[in-house]
Amino acid sequence: MQQGPEENTVLMDVPWPEEPPVLGPGQTFGSMTDTIADAVLTRPIGLGWLAGLAIGMGLVAILMAAVTYLFLIGVGIWGINIPIGWGFAIINFVWWIGIGHAGTLISAILLLLKQTWRNSINRFAEAMTLFAVACAGMFPLLHMGRPWLAYWMFPYPSSMGVWPQFRSPLVWDVFAVSTYATISAVFWYVGLVPDFATMREKASHPLTKKVYGMLGLGWRGSARHWKRYEALYILLAGIATPLVLSVHTVVSFDFAISIVPGWHTTIFPPYFVAGAIYSGFAMVLVLAIPIRHYYHLESMITMRHLQNAAKIMLATGLIVAYGYFFEAFMAFYSGSTYERFMMQNRWFGPYAVFYWTLILFNLVIPQVLWAPKIRANTRWLFLISLVILVGMWLERFIIIVTSLSRDFLPSSWGHYVATRWDYAVFFGTIGFFTAAIFIFIRIMPAISIFEMRTLLPEAEVKAK
Amino acid sequence: MSHAPLSPAIYGILAEFDSPTDLVYATKAAYAAGYRKMDAYSPFPIEEASEALGFHKSRVPLIVLLGGLLGGLSGFGLQYWINVISYPLNIGGKPYNSWPAFIVPTFEMTILFAGLAGVFGMFALNGLPMPYHPLFNVDRFSAVTRDKFFLCVEAADPKFDVVDTQRFMESLKPLSISEVPH
Repeated sequence: MQQGPEENTVLMDVPWPEEPPVLGPGQTFGSMTDTIADAVLTRPIGLGWLAGLAIGMGLVAILMAAVTYLFLIGVGIWGINIPIGWGFAIINFVWWIGIGHAGTLISAILLLLKQTWRNSINRFAEAMTLFAVACAGMFPLLHMGRPWLAYWMFPYPSSMGVWPQFRSPLVWDVFAVSTYATISAVFWYVGLVPDFATMREKASHPLTKKVYGMLGLGWRGSARHWKRYEALYILLAGIATPLVLSVHTVVSFDFAISIVPGWHTTIFPPYFVAGAIYSGFAMVLVLAIPIRHYYHLESMITMRHLQNAAKIMLATGLIVAYGYFFEAFMAFYSGSTYERFMMQNRWFGPYAVFYWTLILFNLVIPQVLWAPKIRANTRWLFLISLVILVGMWLERFIIIVTSLSRDFLPSSWGHYVATRWDYAVFFGTIGFFTAAIFIFIRIMPAISIFEMRTLLPEAEVKAK
Repeated sequence: MSHAPLSPAIYGILAEFDSPTDLVYATKAAYAAGYRKMDAYSPFPIEEASEALGFHKSRVPLIVLLGGLLGGLSGFGLQYWINVISYPLNIGGKPYNSWPAFIVPTFEMTILFAGLAGVFGMFALNGLPMPYHPLFNVDRFSAVTRDKFFLCVEAADPKFDVVDTQRFMESLKPLSISEVPH
């Protein structure tokens, strides 16, 4: 790696010749600004984009119908019943919120670690976080049965004089997830302000100019402003880092604080956080690969980014594998009949086919990422990411459904089958997520323009 | 020495540069020449530029710290007051002040208040939102959000003088010089 005044410029940061660079050659401050901003401002609306949005919106329509029917009839339209009271709603909640975590990892943790290659993927990864958290947030609300009373979860001075139960992890979850959503949103917006100013100057339509102008708050790039801005940005990253770890830890507490076999274990927090980042990076690749292709951003989202993401998936996948191994080991080592039965039930019980599919999808197939050839192939990366997303969904299904369906008393066992309304709401949120991403890349710069400028060697102040 | 009277219609004199290096050296020169009421403008953060302006410390970290302390104290205080004073309930024989159970909401409130205090504090210190600013009257200034770098010496500076300052800024060899009308 080159040292000296250029040591921070990633263009030069190529450890060995065959490693792809973080930034393609021939870029200037102006060309990068144009490439990113023109994808929003001047690019005509294509058929592919319309088709993608139509699919997303179609699924949103299904979501609306399913939610309306749910509000009319109640949660009985879902497959949940005692003893499996959690079902799809909580599986999807955990899955979505986990996907969001990769966005915060990229924007906050990699910023603190000075991994400047993140600069071209942090913006849409943060958008992904926001939309994923929005999808996640729907499920506990819908699952309540009486969602119009959702405000009961917050501590407010009610006429009944009662308060939330602060010793319950479900109330911790309310605080963790709402804080996470708020901080993710402001982090994202603060990052967008200088870019909105760029859009304001580049837009030609007076109305577009006005809207971007208002969103840009009159940002004018003053050195004093930048100084405070940078101080805040790094501090937000610093507080978002423990926050993101706390959120999935608290989500895992929803399980680990209880005494249900298979849930009551101390390995859950780290294992949940690793699984969250695992699925989140899979979603980052599922989004990044088509976006860079269709918007011709290959010189900014380079193979280096995709390969780094693949390596992070490999690493977090191994932590998840460690979690699976120790779940099984502790089930037998604990000497608890119920724990041992839980594991046997996962392996050979009614949901065994899901368990072994999850092992195949999360543990076995992703190991092909060890091969540099696979990491260099976008089609393979895209497919493996989809496999991991399905695998991580199945993991939450197994954790929730196998443990609840057969716990201590055989007389109170049950069996869970999702209904069409469960699927309608789940695929509806996938449509919401898709539509939100499609709208986002048409109205906001999908790559952080001002952070990309700092990657150029010309951005360094040189000795005269 | 006689010169034109100060025109009240002017906000300052703006010089345009092509690179962050030129901007930082020009700012240093202007600081050395005694100018204080001035600002450097750039399309991305340049640490050396704020240093050259003599702007070394921002108050943002202090605001974030105070916000975090307030959030943590109010988060814990809320739970303590609810569980010990307002509506004490015996839950499985646990103490009213079950502080280990209160850590998670306390932590989340700390983060929430610290983050929001920092964001609102940063924008407030920067005087944003500010939809109108005299600099926006200069057409060339729009390149500050793209690829050009600017130094503006403001008329409010005691050392400012339309002729002298303009001559001084020309000596910095900028791409262009403009007067900034109000």
